[in-house]
Amino acid sequence: MALKGNLRDFSTTQLLNLINLARKTGTLTIEDSNRTSRMSFREGKLIFAGLDQASGSLVHVLQRSGKLTTEQFQDLQKQSSKATDKELGIWLINMGVVSQNDIVQSVRQHILEIVYSLFTWNEGLFRFEANILPPPDRITVPINLESVIMEGSRRLKEWERLQDELPNLDISLRFTDRPDARLRNINLTVEEWRVVSFVNPRNSIRQIAKANNMSDFQIRRIVYGMLQAGLVELVRPDAAPAAGTTRPGTTAAGGEVDFAPPVEKRAPAVKRSIILRLIDRIRRI
Amino acid sequence: MQTVKMVITGPFSAGKTQFIRSISEIDVVQTERRITNPDEHHKASTTVAMDFGRITVDEDLVLYLFGTPGQRRFDFMWEILSEGMLGFIVLVDSAAPETFLEARRILDTFRQYAPTPYVVAANKQDHPDAWEPADLRIALRIDSAVKLVPCVAIDKESVKNVLLELLYSILERLDQHPGNSG
Repeated sequence: MALKGNLRDFSTTQLLNLINLARKTGTLTIEDSNRTSRMSFREGKLIFAGLDQASGSLVHVLQRSGKLTTEQFQDLQKQSSKATDKELGIWLINMGVVSQNDIVQSVRQHILEIVYSLFTWNEGLFRFEANILPPPDRITVPINLESVIMEGSRRLKEWERLQDELPNLDISLRFTDRPDARLRNINLTVEEWRVVSFVNPRNSIRQIAKANNMSDFQIRRIVYGMLQAGLVELVRPDAAPAAGTTRPGTTAAGGEVDFAPPVEKRAPAVKRSIILRLIDRIRRI
Repeated sequence: MQTVKMVITGPFSAGKTQFIRSISEIDVVQTERRITNPDEHHKASTTVAMDFGRITVDEDLVLYLFGTPGQRRFDFMWEILSEGMLGFIVLVDSAAPETFLEARRILDTFRQYAPTPYVVAANKQDHPDAWEPADLRIALRIDSAVKLVPCVAIDKESVKNVLLELLYSILERLDQHPGNSG
């Protein structure tokens, strides 16, 4: 019998609970209007997850978890196009670039982030295909579903609260004009700094999330924290086209953007008058 | 409101945080964490992500100063920070020759990120062991066409001078390549 339906009728929590209790082996695919997610299970344990066409390759997973420097990432991308994830993992361990634990933890984190994001899907067609598993060259990590369900449910509650606090992701951020004492000794995570580097009235929160490959939940949580710390404030997107700090790939008008790296790196276009104003201002300080 | 940015980079303990602090009109937002690397014991804490400061030009224009992380394990942030910058400043501790090679490497890396103008600031010129800027130029193999500006990051006038030299370089670049002044 096929196990398929719609999340409207049978939620992610219920699905995972069923797979756990029935100790199922196979792959669950969930599709909504613009996203597709796949999760694989072996005897009721979660072992693999992928979202859309986003690369879940080991190189990308390690880079996102901060285990590879930008240089290492770029080198490996060039060198490892034909190597399988398992081959690459063994090579990286032997070369002392990462440890086995680094790989396991990074893959585990990657899987969990995808699965946790699924708890917020209210709608989507799902189907479970028994005994279909990821290709043998992919790295799988067995994860107990009970803890996933508990954490997913906790996040779902947090998600609902964050959605109330920050309902609109098409709004922009700017650094606060009057930072107060709370900014002293502030500690931000790597992910928060990644968001900070995009803060600009011309970038919507949604665009920042897309540029950083973050889910709606992740960006909401980070932005909410930064708002509470008084680091940033919400502004309506700036529609005026301008040169300067909007990162490559963004559009000034806040429309759909392609955040792919620029093919040719170049200096930002800037007006001479702006430089003259800056010179005048700094001379007067 | 238009915002533009400059990046302040350089090796660990070169004085980047102080440089921004001396000129920024806001409290410099920074993250400091206790050092865990025993080789970097001469500073009790270091910038683990970045600093930023702000200079408001007028109601339509703001300049942000971004300082890069001081430790190599945060170098993944460099390219992110460099995107869209008007130019960058490489700060070198003139009294720490053990950091010169690293300064050269950082300079080369940033030049690859974007062909924007830059200046090298020979910081801590008030230190008794500071190298002369001319000697630093040779030690760092800096081309004679690149400005190497003496600096004392705790002195606002000195910091202003470095920023102005960078802005003059940007202006010269615009005059040479007027097509870039979109």
